[in-house]
Amino acid sequence: MIEIVRDRVNELTDKYDNKRENLLCILEELGQEYGFLDETIVNEVARAFNISQTEVFSVASFYHFLNTKPIGKYVIRLCRTITCDLAGKDKILSALESELDIKMGETTHDKKYTLDYANCMGMCDKGSAMMVNDDIYDQLTPSRAVEIIKSYK
Amino acid sequence: MAKKIDVVFSDFTPGSALKKIYDMSPKEVIDLVTQSRLRGRGGAGFPTGLKWQLAAETGIRPKYFVCNADEGEPGTFKDKMILEKQAAKVIEGMLIGAYAIDASRGFIYLRGEYKYLLSSLLAKINELRRQNLLGDDICQRKGFCFDLEVRLGAGAYVCGEESALLSSLEGRRGEARNKPPYPAEKGYMGYPTVVNNVETLSFVPHIILNGPRWFHNYGTEKSAGSKLFSVSGDCKKPGIYEFEFGIKIKDLLKEVEAGEDTKAVQIGGASGFCASKDDFNENICFEGIPTGGSIIIFNESRDMFHVLKNFVEFFQQESCGQCTPCREGCSRMLEGLLKFESGKGSSKTIDDLLDLSETMSLASKCGFGQSVPNSFRTIVSKFKDEIIAR
Repeated sequence: MIEIVRDRVNELTDKYDNKRENLLCILEELGQEYGFLDETIVNEVARAFNISQTEVFSVASFYHFLNTKPIGKYVIRLCRTITCDLAGKDKILSALESELDIKMGETTHDKKYTLDYANCMGMCDKGSAMMVNDDIYDQLTPSRAVEIIKSYK
Repeated sequence: MAKKIDVVFSDFTPGSALKKIYDMSPKEVIDLVTQSRLRGRGGAGFPTGLKWQLAAETGIRPKYFVCNADEGEPGTFKDKMILEKQAAKVIEGMLIGAYAIDASRGFIYLRGEYKYLLSSLLAKINELRRQNLLGDDICQRKGFCFDLEVRLGAGAYVCGEESALLSSLEGRRGEARNKPPYPAEKGYMGYPTVVNNVETLSFVPHIILNGPRWFHNYGTEKSAGSKLFSVSGDCKKPGIYEFEFGIKIKDLLKEVEAGEDTKAVQIGGASGFCASKDDFNENICFEGIPTGGSIIIFNESRDMFHVLKNFVEFFQQESCGQCTPCREGCSRMLEGLLKFESGKGSSKTIDDLLDLSETMSLASKCGFGQSVPNSFRTIVSKFKDEIIAR
């Protein structure tokens, strides 16, 4: 595992070079590929940049879209900002929690879905909205939200 | 009556404004933007010409030009549409700025939530490169070189604050920096950097083409020009509108077909101000009620305690945690509000939280913590009954 991660980190530092300012882009790519940034990844990145693990972890843990704990293959982020809230966010939440049989913030046993909140995603005139990984969906109804997540295999 | 305006989304030929500035010196370009009285449309309203001038005057090289596309204020979605429909116009605004301050490299900092725009944005950038509207010797102007990269944010609201944005661009935690020095003197990697909002940049080519006096046809003395508004909440026609600065709240409500039962309008998002019926004659502009464009409408059926709690929760989650007044202030403010839910809140709780607000607005390091109290104070003062009755 360490060798695979090391090779991948080396490829990325070749692509972007290991200047300190490229740390975030590389973490974003690794997050995309591995789902979450575990200790091995953090250590390998620290080695490649010649900075401390603490510094890498401090950046990784700052951003909501970078994960330092295990997450599902698909991260569902339900918008909790006021306009989506007023447009019926709680009903969407109940439908998703029942469908996945998890509570907000949890991951399904098969590691397929993680249910999380996000703040405003710019869909306020078409709320409620949610993201599934990078895709944004608006004008959700409880049944439409369930259909959408079921389409992620 | 409100005058609908169509500048930001109007047709535009890439390169047309650029050709015009080639007959002008960088100083003349800055003077023209200064005369237009264009102010930053992300919310803070800093004069764009002055920002450019500060960066132009320093002899330090290299310089950078950054487009702030980290639109995250609750209720704002206009920059997303500008980047979808008028990316070339925004980039031309960046080119004009880069010419004015002598920058040769730039970034578009795109919020992670808008990653789905990335491929079309990169395609547009490549098209402009092929047309010689980015890259070396742009539009046959020998020696004028500018190219840009798109960098993705990763879901941190505070990165919309320009110095936090620069920290993030440098691959660090998105933490705000002390000002001064301002980014125009010491920005990206310690070099002079101008950071302008997407919407601000979309006006620049039009100001170059039509002149500053044309820009003064719209707006007020202190808030020249028009402004995009992202309208959501309780109205029949939510969406994006362009109106003159200075529009009265009641006229805007009419345009978007908000009902007679409208009781509150949140202007400027969670960090903005709440207007109640008594304020609907007020003007939306920098010298009146300012906004980066977010307009959220609430009708009589809405509970303003719930609205306020939603805002404070938002701040508590998004505070970068670096300075005590904001980190602790947001948490204590939320704690105080929750007392009302458990029947333990009193008028003293409100007074204590108002004191805390004062501390936060005075002592927080950046605009984030300084503006948390805006919605708190206005909602509490206008809808005190709804809070206290909890």
